[in-house]
Amino acid sequence: MNLHSRKLLVVVAEAALEKRLITDLRREGAQGYTVHDVRGGSEHAVREGFWEADRTIELKVVCDEAVAQRLAAHVLAQYAPHFGVTLFLSDVAVFRPEKF
Amino acid sequence: MDVVVWIFVLGVFARVVRSDLRLPEALYETLSIYLLLAIGLKGGIELSKQPLADLAPQVAACLAMGFAIPFMLVPMLRRIGFDKVNSAALAAHYGSVSVVTYAVASTYLQKQQVPVESHAALWVALLEAPGLLAGILLARMGQGGGTTRWRELAHDVFLGKSVLLLAGGLLIGAVVGEAGTKPIAPVFIDPFKGVLALFLLELGLVAGAQLGAVRRHGWRLLAVAVVAPLLLSVVGALTAKTLGLSTGGVALMATLAASASYIAAPTAMRIAVPEANSGLSIAAALGITFPFNILVGIPLYLQLAQALS
Repeated sequence: MNLHSRKLLVVVAEAALEKRLITDLRREGAQGYTVHDVRGGSEHAVREGFWEADRTIELKVVCDEAVAQRLAAHVLAQYAPHFGVTLFLSDVAVFRPEKF
Repeated sequence: MDVVVWIFVLGVFARVVRSDLRLPEALYETLSIYLLLAIGLKGGIELSKQPLADLAPQVAACLAMGFAIPFMLVPMLRRIGFDKVNSAALAAHYGSVSVVTYAVASTYLQKQQVPVESHAALWVALLEAPGLLAGILLARMGQGGGTTRWRELAHDVFLGKSVLLLAGGLLIGAVVGEAGTKPIAPVFIDPFKGVLALFLLELGLVAGAQLGAVRRHGWRLLAVAVVAPLLLSVVGALTAKTLGLSTGGVALMATLAASASYIAAPTAMRIAVPEANSGLSIAAALGITFPFNILVGIPLYLQLAQALS
């Protein structure tokens, strides 16, 4: 089976941003996404996901590099100054390129 | 002290001693939905028994009081050194109300055999949103409206979980009345206090987790979170007295004015005023004011109501 290269952009963010991030990724051209509830911490804070204001999501988007770059730039400019946001990008291979 | 308050203290203790006790997040969500809907339904059943037109002054007074509280608090917060956005965000939490504080106050008054206006849940629903809107306005004053997405905010505030379930419950209760709600009473009415106790165990864990933040923010926040409810209880009590409410009603309105929101407010303010330090408001509302109100405040507000009557 043929494999096709794509990027996996993972955004870990406060759950309050979920709706906005989904609107943003659709606008930037991503075709789909997956969201998980997660918990974790850094040297600044621990987010345990006990209740509304403490919830964190992990948003995964598989897309081409241009979309990933645009989305990452938007997230960093728009949300990173005031919200807890972590982003990382990795290479993935997909079987059906038309879906991503 | 009421049994539900003891259970809250147990939750705080579990957190402080780093117990592995943890309620699943889905249970927290379920319990909060249950409490909001049950409180709404109970108030709605009572609304069905009385002419709604008589309640117009109470509706107007609740909306006005909720909106006015942040305008009263912000100058005081600015004076003791909080900046504009943090003052506004903190004030919004106090302008809105805590449903669980209301529930604990209701059970306390019941235990003390102090009768209360049976439709008091209507006040809770009315007091949820105006304080949030006032806080957002205060944070955005002088900045122009360009950065605020009012439509999205109005959606989150008026159709968010708290207002939707409280108002929805009130409406359904008012339409179907006591006879109509009888089939669901064994779930929504009778076990209320037991569910409240379980929710307070969870809130104890969450409030206990705020104690570190309270220590970090220091005396200023501690002073605000204790003095603000005391001052606001007087505002609530005087408003209720002007409306001619019963002693129990005055105590309950004082409690509502003194309470700070930690369900609707943090979510709404996070989106509306992201530059505010959300940890500050949550530490004040949930780490200090909530325990203060349920341990010390509610009996004081009843005494205030009795002194005024």
